[in-house]
Amino acid sequence: MTKETLAIPELEGVEIHGTTRGAFLLRATLAAGAVYGAGAVAPFVKQAMAQGGMGDVDIVNYALTLELLETAFYKKGESLKLSSEVKKLASQFGKDESEHVDALTATVKKLGGKPPEKPTFTFPVKDEDSFLKLAVTLEDTGVSAYNGAAPMIKSGDVLAAAGTIVQIEGRHAAAIRLAAGEDPAPEAFDKALEMQAVLDAVKPFIKA
Amino acid sequence: MTDTQSTMEVLARDPSSRKRFLKMVGGTGAASAFAVFLAACGSDDDDKSSGPPEVSKPSGSKASGKDVKSDLEIVNYALTLEYLEADFYKQVIESGEVKDKKVAELAMKIGENEQEHVDALTATVNQLGGTPAPKPTTKFEDVISGGPDKILKTAAEVENLGAAAYLGQAGKIKSPEVLAAALSIHSVEARHAAALNTLIGESVTPDGAFAKPASMDEVLKAVKPFIAS
Repeated sequence: MTKETLAIPELEGVEIHGTTRGAFLLRATLAAGAVYGAGAVAPFVKQAMAQGGMGDVDIVNYALTLELLETAFYKKGESLKLSSEVKKLASQFGKDESEHVDALTATVKKLGGKPPEKPTFTFPVKDEDSFLKLAVTLEDTGVSAYNGAAPMIKSGDVLAAAGTIVQIEGRHAAAIRLAAGEDPAPEAFDKALEMQAVLDAVKPFIKA
Repeated sequence: MTDTQSTMEVLARDPSSRKRFLKMVGGTGAASAFAVFLAACGSDDDDKSSGPPEVSKPSGSKASGKDVKSDLEIVNYALTLEYLEADFYKQVIESGEVKDKKVAELAMKIGENEQEHVDALTATVNQLGGTPAPKPTTKFEDVISGGPDKILKTAAEVENLGAAAYLGQAGKIKSPEVLAAALSIHSVEARHAAALNTLIGESVTPDGAFAKPASMDEVLKAVKPFIAS
């Protein structure tokens, strides 16, 4: 998999496979160093070192950020002219994502952590086609994000909660794919994505 | 390659999907075991750059014998369910009962996924040093002779059950590698369930925003009518 084969520009930052988290971060860090100078990358090196010791609060906050993004995305769908079929899915899925937000917010608090502030999002969608296309990307990425993070979760309760959510993300992804005329399950095994890759992928949609 | 092709479509053709799975469960130490497996499968994988798994743990980490035994039981349970599913779709396709071309194509694709799950889980059991569960003799005649509606309804039932079955075991799996592997299948079962629910006009998310797990007992009881021996 090379960068040239990536058709969606906003996913250019996603390293699909063939690298460890460490190698990925190291490469990203070196690239940043080349542009901004060695001093600028020191915090990233520190972050890379810290990744291995990511706690449950960090993981839940990460999931929460993605759910906030998805909720905002479906909300944006309300302002578009969509067919009744897609409108129905968008409204149902938006409701599901919003319930995920509530549950994850409560989980973070229960773990003694502080939920992140809600970012401002921006989505380059203008019609049903662009909406469905980005919806497929976001839901597929959501599945891979949970699948990548779940094995690092320490608490059995938090893992169980993540499981009940990722299954819904998988269901959303399949239904949206069908609506977009795509294969609902393009691979026999859903990919696991690293946190950094996912955050890079969604960065274009976060305004502040 | 055009702009209209999504990244995920590119990923869909990723020939290393199976290899990735096996690396995930095997860590980096078990290369030879699944090299044999891949050779047996006639792998077309030419991706030499494929590195360690996304969810990598030190392959040297020693799990206790009890943990391995417990994981083996879960993987063999999953294997039995996947055998059942794979055989179901095989019989459905062979019967020619599903005339709608699009639906038949979906059934075939899902069946291929299930067969890949069978292969991967069999390899996983071997890698863990266990004996793979035998392929069950299935009993789908009544369902298939019931025609397309009954077939699709049963397919949806089985897939929803499969997704719930994986979810029910996720918290019990001891090895992070086996957990990662199970999760990579769990969400695919969820995709199948959602696609089939859509076809039969049922809700994509019948449990609401949070999926419900099913215990081993519940699942085995539910699939009992489909198992002859």
